Amino acid sequence: MSPISLNHILFISTALFFIGMYGLFTRRNMITMLMAIELILNSVNINFVAFNKYLWPGNLDGVFFSIFIIAIAAAEAAVAIAIIINIYRNHNSIDVADTEEMKY
Amino acid sequence: MNAFDLSIWIPILPFAGFLLIGLIGKKYFPSISGWLATLFMGVAAALSIYVAIDYFFLSAPSDGHYIAQEIINIPWLQFTDSLSINMGVMLDPISVMMLVVVTFVSLMVHLYSTGYMHGEKRYATFFAYLQLFTFSMLGLVLSSNLFQIYIFWELVGVSSFLLIGFYFDKPSAVAASKKAFIVTRFADLFFLIGILIVGVTGDSFDFNTIIINLTSPEGAGKLSATFLGVSIITWALTLIFIGGAGKSAMFPLHIWLPDAMEGPTPVSALIHAATMVVAGVYLVARLFPVFILTGSGAIEIVAYIGIFSALFAAVIACTQTDIKRVLAYSTMSQIGYMMFALGVSNMHHTDGFTASMFHLFTHAFFKSLLFLGAGVVIHAVHSNDMRDMGALRKYLPVTHLTFLIGCLAIAGVPPFAGFFSKESILHAAYATHPDIFYLALITSGLTAFYMFRLYFSIFWGQKEIHLHHFHGEAGWSMKLPLIMLGTLSVITGFVPFAEYITADGIPHLAETDIMFSIAPVLMGLTGIGIAMIMYKSANALPDRVASAGKSVYRWAYHKFYIDELYIFITKKVIFNLIGRPAAWIDRTIVDGTMNLIALMTTEISDSVKGMQSGKVQGYAMYFFAGVIGLGLLCLYIWL
Repeated sequence: MSPISLNHILFISTALFFIGMYGLFTRRNMITMLMAIELILNSVNINFVAFNKYLWPGNLDGVFFSIFIIAIAAAEAAVAIAIIINIYRNHNSIDVADTEEMKY
Repeated sequence: MNAFDLSIWIPILPFAGFLLIGLIGKKYFPSISGWLATLFMGVAAALSIYVAIDYFFLSAPSDGHYIAQEIINIPWLQFTDSLSINMGVMLDPISVMMLVVVTFVSLMVHLYSTGYMHGEKRYATFFAYLQLFTFSMLGLVLSSNLFQIYIFWELVGVSSFLLIGFYFDKPSAVAASKKAFIVTRFADLFFLIGILIVGVTGDSFDFNTIIINLTSPEGAGKLSATFLGVSIITWALTLIFIGGAGKSAMFPLHIWLPDAMEGPTPVSALIHAATMVVAGVYLVARLFPVFILTGSGAIEIVAYIGIFSALFAAVIACTQTDIKRVLAYSTMSQIGYMMFALGVSNMHHTDGFTASMFHLFTHAFFKSLLFLGAGVVIHAVHSNDMRDMGALRKYLPVTHLTFLIGCLAIAGVPPFAGFFSKESILHAAYATHPDIFYLALITSGLTAFYMFRLYFSIFWGQKEIHLHHFHGEAGWSMKLPLIMLGTLSVITGFVPFAEYITADGIPHLAETDIMFSIAPVLMGLTGIGIAMIMYKSANALPDRVASAGKSVYRWAYHKFYIDELYIFITKKVIFNLIGRPAAWIDRTIVDGTMNLIALMTTEISDSVKGMQSGKVQGYAMYFFAGVIGLGLLCLYIWL
């Protein structure tokens, strides 16, 4: 069994990215869309960690970066959920199709 | 406190009155606003008399040479080191004289208005406007430089506009106020250009500095520049004179003055007889040393415009029947006198300056007296037309007597005030311009004739007049100004004017030549005699004279069709040749471009606004598409 190469990991992260994108475009439920965004962010995290491990093994820069992204993703999730709760209070729904007051 | 330092308060007082009455008084104490305004004016008048006494007597220089004193002078807009617009207060013989005239006449008019405007709905507003006008006029008089005088010049124009249009529910008053404002504003355009030329040539806007710069030998070099073959300073002074002619109703810019009589009568007395209309004379007098520079022909223009206006207005005044219009034309004629008195001067004969200022001084009193008297008459008869009047001397004894004094004064009968001032004007004219002298002599005969035509038509005649609702002559608030101005019209002639106000500040000895006076007085008495024969008792003589000189009479009656000429020029020539093409360019090209841009914006935004659909996922799609597109672009560029 050959060792896991960088390509494998990049394959995973790319798949994760496009799954997230697909979820973001197709789901109407805002919570689900938020989850899809988390998938995209995590695919990026995987990329950072993988590149750090395989290309610059002596350094920790990529790891730090992914930690920052996790922290920001947590904050972003808190804000997003707060927004979603407010939308729910106003519209009795968390369907993105129902929130279109701001269009032209 | 020094009297001169107090002079700054003279314009501030009426301004404070204007703010107080205009902002608060109108709402909370309208009924006492008249007395409040009169009180402010009383204090201002007392202050100006104090300043005048101090200037001419107490602090008079020992050699008798009066100099201009700048009490304050604050730089306001600094252009270059030497060229700046200042705000200042300047006291010199003519400004001190004008201070007294303006505040005193204004006080009389305020007092009179408390009676005349009584019961008027906008009583407080009227007094607020009067205060604003008085403030502007005092500011104009005290100005130390050309730009400041221009600012106050426009302010008096505005307050005159407001007061002429005081009865704004009367269409004729609205038209008259617009006419007055537009005509004077049109003239002020030339004035402004003149100011700029003088400012640049004289390298200052300050009166004293301009005069020093331009009259000194070094300044002569600056005057060598010419434009269209005429020296630049002549252009500048002519342009400034056009501004003055607009305000002072000189031909051909006089058309607004008769119409301005639509305003309340006290306003006519204050603005259109005694103060604002002499602003043009005052302006020329301010720049007098520059005007009489050899080589500048501007003074000749002043002289001939002046005498022509005097004669022209006198002829028209003989045929008018509206008493206020007769007085308006007589004002124009008398201002013509003041103008040509300045105009006949030159480097060696500056007596005209003194004479002009003397006439300005006496005219202010007797002309405001006549207007205020006419106001009482109009109040009693409820008509402006002299054909509705007659035999009023029994009803209005005080008015009759004071009006007679005013008429005698303006006709130049000794010993009334007008005799002395007119005498000195004629004397000055005789010395340099005999042609103007003879025309002025004819004018003085005409003046006596039309004034006594007015007098006899109002107070004599045998027509039975039934005055409806006649409640006695007038209250004392209206009689007192008449009596005071009447007294002044008698005594001001004895003021030895040449000892105080001369072109160079050095007193001259007043000289009177009894033999010289015979001709003008005879002319005046002849005029009075003819008027007496024609109008003292109703007869057919006026009609016979009118039909004998039919064409002349008709032309004069229609004011020589100058109004019609203006209407023809503006409506037919300017509107059709300039107005319409300009309107076409404005509507099609200027507006068209703008409309096209607006239309394009609308179209484009209509077509793209669908992109902002409100669907978040759509936005995300665009975003990712953009990122991918950008990525592909980067790949294309770098690989």
